Amino acid sequence: MIPVFIGATLLIFLMVNVMGDPIAGLCGDKQCDPATAAQLKKEFGLDKPVWQQYLTYMGNVFTGDFGTAFNGQKVTDLMSTAFPVTIRLTIVAILFEIVIGISLGVVTGLKRGRPVDTTVLLLTLVVISVPTFVTGLLLQLLLGVEWGWIKPSVSTEATFGELIVPGLVLASVSLAYVTRLTRTSIAENRRSDYVRTAVAKGLPRRRVIIRHLLRNSLIPVVTFIGTDIGALMGGAIVTERIFNIHGVGFQLYQGILRQNTQTVVGFVTVLVLVFLVANLLVDLLYAVLDPRIRYA
Amino acid sequence: MRGATHAKWAAGAAAVALAVTGCGGGGSDSGGGDGSAVLSSSWGDPQNPLEPANTNEVQGGKVLDMIFRGLKRYNPKTGAAEDMLADKIDTSDSQNFTVTIKDGWTFSNGEAVTAKSFVDAWNYGASLKNNQKNAYFFQYIEGYDKTHPDDGSKQTADTLSGLKATGDKTFTVKLTQKFSTFPDTLGYPAFAPLPKAFYDNHAAWVKKPIGNGPYTVKSYTKGSQMSLRTRADYPGTDKAENGGVDLKVYTDNNTAYTDLMAGNLDLVDDVPAAQLKNVKSDLGDRYLNTPAGIIQTLAFPFYDKDWNKSDSDKVRKGLSMAINRKQITDTIFQKTRTPATDWTSPVLGKEGGFQDGLCGDGCDYDPTEAKKLIQEGGGLPNGQVKISYNADTGSHKEWVDAVCNSINNALGNDKACVGNPVGTFADFRSQITQKKMSGPFRAGWQMDYPLIQNFLQPLYYTNASSNDGKWSNKDFDKLVNQANTETDTAKAISLFQDAEKVVRDNMAAIPLWYQNGSAGWSDRLSNVALNPFSVPVYNEIKVG
Repeated sequence: MIPVFIGATLLIFLMVNVMGDPIAGLCGDKQCDPATAAQLKKEFGLDKPVWQQYLTYMGNVFTGDFGTAFNGQKVTDLMSTAFPVTIRLTIVAILFEIVIGISLGVVTGLKRGRPVDTTVLLLTLVVISVPTFVTGLLLQLLLGVEWGWIKPSVSTEATFGELIVPGLVLASVSLAYVTRLTRTSIAENRRSDYVRTAVAKGLPRRRVIIRHLLRNSLIPVVTFIGTDIGALMGGAIVTERIFNIHGVGFQLYQGILRQNTQTVVGFVTVLVLVFLVANLLVDLLYAVLDPRIRYA
Repeated sequence: MRGATHAKWAAGAAAVALAVTGCGGGGSDSGGGDGSAVLSSSWGDPQNPLEPANTNEVQGGKVLDMIFRGLKRYNPKTGAAEDMLADKIDTSDSQNFTVTIKDGWTFSNGEAVTAKSFVDAWNYGASLKNNQKNAYFFQYIEGYDKTHPDDGSKQTADTLSGLKATGDKTFTVKLTQKFSTFPDTLGYPAFAPLPKAFYDNHAAWVKKPIGNGPYTVKSYTKGSQMSLRTRADYPGTDKAENGGVDLKVYTDNNTAYTDLMAGNLDLVDDVPAAQLKNVKSDLGDRYLNTPAGIIQTLAFPFYDKDWNKSDSDKVRKGLSMAINRKQITDTIFQKTRTPATDWTSPVLGKEGGFQDGLCGDGCDYDPTEAKKLIQEGGGLPNGQVKISYNADTGSHKEWVDAVCNSINNALGNDKACVGNPVGTFADFRSQITQKKMSGPFRAGWQMDYPLIQNFLQPLYYTNASSNDGKWSNKDFDKLVNQANTETDTAKAISLFQDAEKVVRDNMAAIPLWYQNGSAGWSDRLSNVALNPFSVPVYNEIKVG
């Protein structure tokens, strides 16, 4: 975990640095007057060599100081407003994946080859092949402008209610994958010995499916959803832009545009952490799902 | 006008700021509503802290324009600098000015606006240690070299020696050179007065700015929304005609437009290019498209030998004539830009120095002549021009491709011109600053103040702050110097026009088009207008 963390932050730090001098973008189409530019560079520590900047930065990060954005705000302040919003959005998206994705997967897995299966398969194919921004803009236009069911943009508070449609859009592609993964897994395990035994024992069908079949089929699905948490949080840039959600995607986008190393590296660092923790949780969940896997 | 004009919004913004609210008042008896309704308007996250001398882009400028009033204010319709807080600004020699402030002005916290409010604010802006990005606005005031040494050495003074409060309501300004139009520059927000609270508790002030304008900040959530409310005790004549403005941050102007369509937002001041085709059917007459003080040009790297040969002016002129401006502005910009025929802007007006057609045949589309001129000039350097632009904002790719297409067609060579995108604006700017350009590059200019001087001197004077191509011409410099010392405005303007002709004869930059400002609004609003800086005149908008 630690090498991954250091490697990832270093890479991002270098990438943002390679983009050039961030101060140059601060004065519009003008040249900043050299004295002010030098002063600003000094203040943001940009006059030092890159390795030194990185070390100072990492040193500060461990004391909880993520630096200051160019507009004078602490990066930690930005995080405290952005992350709750994005976490809410991710929760909505993950719930969609779990509830809709897994149920559809179970249904289609059990009814393989039937019309239900084919229909869902076709639908998932469509969802996977249409880019998120198309689904997003389309839903926004239809639900927001034409039918007036929702507001096209999300307010500053970004409550769960407002995030349902954006969450669905964000989840759509992963949702399709979850459906397909569950379906394949279920279809495979249906013929396994333990399912036959359970059926032969005379257990009710519901119990067979949920306790025996589904639980054993969920391992690949859980792996996918686990890694997806990180991807959803960091990859919400498109969705957040369409629905004007001021979350992590918005801050990252603005940070990159303004070449604000502190903001970008800070947010990415936290995202890396989220990724790592999610992966750890997934590993631990394996044991819960499959008793054969035990961690000593 | 978020992305569209990275074009040096720097200053524009500011100008805007003060300028916008120019003349409110008048006709408060007309229109519906009781003036207490609040409207919502699209906004972008300001790049810098909201200090007057530190705000150089339009989004921050919008706010400053609502909460501040300076000595002068640019008339939203004509762009002329008119007295606001200034009672009179006297000078006998165009170098020493005595400013008298009107009585009765207060900040929204009750503090009176005095000569000291100005002097302290200007000193703060000019002092290097405060990192104010608009510090160069004070560069003509005596003592600037001490408070803001350009070589980065330690500043030896905290205050400008040329600035003295001589009474409660009067102060004197001594410049380092004659500058006849100096009073007209004072409408720029960098010259706004500041209350004591600004210095006493700076952090709190930046969180919730206090000014002397027609609006006060009610609440400010950085990065998402600012609520401004009309100030009841506002002493000026341009009192707001609505109850307040809620500025909402949008990452994408398309979303703002969609919100307007859905009735979720009242005013969008940057209609996205993709929607221009539908805007008439969507909004009907609730759409505005007026000239703004912005000109787009192609600048050349004169530090590159290939572009600075004795015959290079023919190549530049040839390139200019190979661009079909009308077709591009009609199709790509849907007439929201106008083909340029000089190097200033129509918002200056005839009296202000704008001269339609000054460019002459150099700006007319003539492929045969273009080809001939380029050949006479020795052909394109290395057989190809690469037009550099920043790809992150402002849909620059579309027009650069179109310009190249036009050039390629004129020259009958598919490889004569290609676009050279640079990922981010900051990188684009830093490449320009480091003189790394090897061919023409996008240059946009949004005026600081509506003066012809502002369209010429910062851009083409030797080593001027925005002379990105490093063009240098003795005749031009001489004419500009003469114009600055000329006390008669008409004479000064005609001298500036002579200088502009030098730019033309050398084709120092290719003028492309004048940019318009656009705005769309909901049926709740009336009396919406844009000032010459393309910022909505908020205080005149009526709701209901």
